[in-house]
Parts: sequence; C-alpha cells; structure tokens
Amino acid sequence: MSLRGKYAIAGLGVTQMGRIYGRNSVDFAAEAVKLAIEDAGLKKEELDGLLVNSGVSPGLSLNLQNALGLHDLKLLNHMNAAGSTAGQMVQFASMAIDAGIVNVVACVYADAPLAPAKTSGEAFASRPLRPGMSGLFSTYGVFGPNTGYALACQRHMLKYGTTSRQLGAIAVAERAWAVMNPMAQMRTPITIEDHQNSRYVVQPLHLLDCCLVSNGGIAVVVMSAERARALRQPPVYILGMGQGHPGFSNRSGLNPETRTGAVIAKDAAFKMAGVTLADIDIREIYDCYTYTVLVTLEDYGFCEKGEGGAFVEDGKLSPDGSFPTNTGGGQLSSYYMWGMTPLSEAVIQARGQAGGRQVPKHGLVLVTGNGGILEYHSCLILGTHPS
Amino acid sequence: MAESEVPLPVPDERSKPFFEGAKRHELVLQKCKSCGAVLWPVKFRCDSCLNTELEWAKVSGKGKLYTFAIMHQVFHPGFADKVPYNIAVVELDEGLRVTTNVVGCSNSELRADMPLEVTFEDLSEKVTIPKFKPAE
Repeated sequence: MSLRGKYAIAGLGVTQMGRIYGRNSVDFAAEAVKLAIEDAGLKKEELDGLLVNSGVSPGLSLNLQNALGLHDLKLLNHMNAAGSTAGQMVQFASMAIDAGIVNVVACVYADAPLAPAKTSGEAFASRPLRPGMSGLFSTYGVFGPNTGYALACQRHMLKYGTTSRQLGAIAVAERAWAVMNPMAQMRTPITIEDHQNSRYVVQPLHLLDCCLVSNGGIAVVVMSAERARALRQPPVYILGMGQGHPGFSNRSGLNPETRTGAVIAKDAAFKMAGVTLADIDIREIYDCYTYTVLVTLEDYGFCEKGEGGAFVEDGKLSPDGSFPTNTGGGQLSSYYMWGMTPLSEAVIQARGQAGGRQVPKHGLVLVTGNGGILEYHSCLILGTHPS
Repeated sequence: MAESEVPLPVPDERSKPFFEGAKRHELVLQKCKSCGAVLWPVKFRCDSCLNTELEWAKVSGKGKLYTFAIMHQVFHPGFADKVPYNIAVVELDEGLRVTTNVVGCSNSELRADMPLEVTFEDLSEKVTIPKFKPAE
C-alpha cells in the first residue's frame, strides 16, 4: 500500500545560521533536534528514532544519541548520500515507521566548517595528497567541488548555448526571496549586473553562482500523520518520494554533466503522490550552484532539455514571477544546510508560516536534494493535505 | 617540495606503467583484456565488465575538447602565479574522457570539440605528466 499521506513532518528545528562560532556540529545538531521536538510539541522521550547526516566538519555521528540523552532508540543511523541525504532521511524514516519498527524519527543535519579566520572557499576545498594517478588532479589544479560544477555548467553552455546572464537570473531571483527571509544570511538585493560583475571563482561560475557556507543545524520530526494532527503544528504530509543516482562516468556517450538523477527519481515520486508537474505550487530545488537549479528544472520536465536558460531568464523564479522557486533564498542566499535548506523552506511554506514571502498557493511543494557532481538525487513531494 | 610549487603526483606500484610511459612521452592507459574498455584513472577492476584482467597499452593521445573551466581562485600556493588557468576534459578517440590542462593556446581560444593531442611536461626528474595541445 502506498505511503502517500500516511506520514508527516510534524516538527522543524532551525538553529542560528552562518558565521556562528563557539559551537561544533554536535552542538548544532542537538540544538536543531531540541527545537524540532519543541516545535512539534513532543517530549524528548517520545523520540524513538534518530537519523544523522553530518557535513564536512568532523565529530557528528551516532554520538548525537548520547549528546541528546536518548535511550533505547529503535532506529539509529549516520547517513551519507551528500546533498541528497536530507530527503532520503525523510524517506527512510517513513519506510521504517511503516514497517512498524519505530514511531517518531528525528532527522538532522548539522555542520560547522567555518572558523573565524577561514574563508568559505577554504572551508570546503580540501586538498589531500593522493597517491598515484589520483594525485594528477592536484597537479592539474583541480580543487574543491567548484571545478566539477564549472565543467558541468560549461558543458551545458557549449551544448545548448546557455549563458551566464541566464544563470544570473536564478541568483537574482533567489536573492529577492532572501530579502524577505529573516533567517537568510544574504539580504541585500542584487541585479544581473551585480552577478556579472562578481568575481569568477571557476569560470563560468561567478561568485554569485555559488552557494554560501554556513555553520548551523536543521532537524525535522517524521511520524504518523494521524498522530501529527493532534500536535502543535499543521502536519506537512509526505505524499511522494523517489531517488535517482546516475553516478559519474567518463565514458563517451553518457552525459553526467547535463543530466541529473531527477530523471530517475521523478517517476516514483509523482506516481506515489498521484499528482502531475502542473499541480506543483512551489519548488524548493537543491542549489549548490545556479546551474544545479537550471539543469534540475529541465530534468523534472518544467521545460525541455537544453532550454533551462531561456526558461529562467525572464525572472519567473522571483517573488514577482509566475513560478515560485527556492522561496527562502536557497543555499545561494539564505543558508547552506545541504538538503535541509530546501526541505526546511518547504515545511515553512507548506504550513503557511513564511510571513512576507509566503506563497499564497502552497498546497504542493516539490523538494529536491542533490549530491556529488550531479551524481545523487532525492525527491520529495510534500503537501498540506493527506491526499 | 616548497609550498610555492605545484603539488606533484607520487607514482605508486599500481600507477607505475602510466608514469613510466609519460616519462617516455607516451600516453599509456589501462585496457580491459575482456571487453577492451580503456580505463582512467588507474583501476583494479574494469568498471565496465568488472573483469580484473587489465593490461597497459599505448593509446592514440588524440581527442577533442569536451568541456573546460578557467580557475581564478588560488587554492594552493603553487598556483598563485598561474591563475587564471584552464582545466579541461578531453574526450579521447578511444571513447574515454580524461581531466587535464590544455597548453599551446590561450584560454580564450578554447572551443567545443576542438581537436587536441597529447603533449608532455617534465615536472621533475621523476615525474612527467600528460597535457593536451591543439592538434597540428
């Protein structure tokens, strides 16, 4: 039997975000879980499952159980599918509850890579000395995830004629949403010219094509929709779910640079939810880079493959546009919490609690996660009604 | 190695034939004896047919530019005087894409599908690495 509408997100906890120092990733994770259970109106003792996703800073793992003083859990795991993990945690929590082995599961992500004297780029660009041929990458000057996305984005540009200004339209739209989000780190409006004038990190990616780096944590509580209805917050129903992991290949004929796992994940998710693309009111699309949004929108079929640039360039993703997307400012402008950024904003919008940036029609929200260089993908369809 | 130098690869047992080939200015890659797939970087098992019977073979060194990026940020002090430099993915005639740098032309001359061929840079007495240049 389908899981559609049987389980819900009943609580959301979001810590302070950004250059917040003096706390490590375990501290942020514990705070996020505490905030999420308080938000739901649950007691700590009612949690019997915990799924943990850590970022790049060390320390956060299964030890979170002890940091929270949780005893006799029935589900516990440290999960890692990069930026697709948040969506996956909600999926696995739902399936585990449905299997009858656990009842109330907290899913949490936290990271604290920023230190006072460290730039955002340094926080994510590890340069391990790797033996043998793998060491060649450093010799060629390949550092950090920026390069992989720049190569992928350039491939899209070469193949389809996508332009930097079109990517800029995504950055500008997300910033306009962030201006209305009190949680956002970047709240000064920008223009296409600002985007074009921002320095190159790895061409074709300008600085304003790249996500932020944040210290912080976010947790959600997944439980039966029936029980959630009796709690403090309006339940956000989990209607559809799917995953798609194309992996990476350097074989001719495959196109990992311009094709995401959305093409695989969407069928299961939309079938389960019993809705179509046209029914979606709000999109929260994983945005490690502007390009990730563009290529993901194509792969869900909002426009044809290769036409993402033309699709976004009129500003339709912005608050003034017809196609509300990344309504909190996304990871480009609000906070960088991997898959928890799109998921948290989806919960806020679906509940109708987004204040000045609330999208009037918020019944169905598409949430995506993405990791690696477009290698891993998760999809959730959330809604305000169970069916 | 001084901090200001580009980090050099350290050949190991498994990658020895590749670096020995590069030393001779030959592009030598692994080839699967079972399915013929050419592999890069070094593998224990063919990722196409999962066979472990691999051999080293000289490849054409010819291909075309698949995609590229221009690095502007200095992530390692060895690249401080090299930015902006290109990082390129070259699709070899053997049906495989490899990450490299293109030399012998300016970054602004890089074009989709431009024909390229391998060239070699002797970086130290021990280490030579393949790069690519516009085909003659």
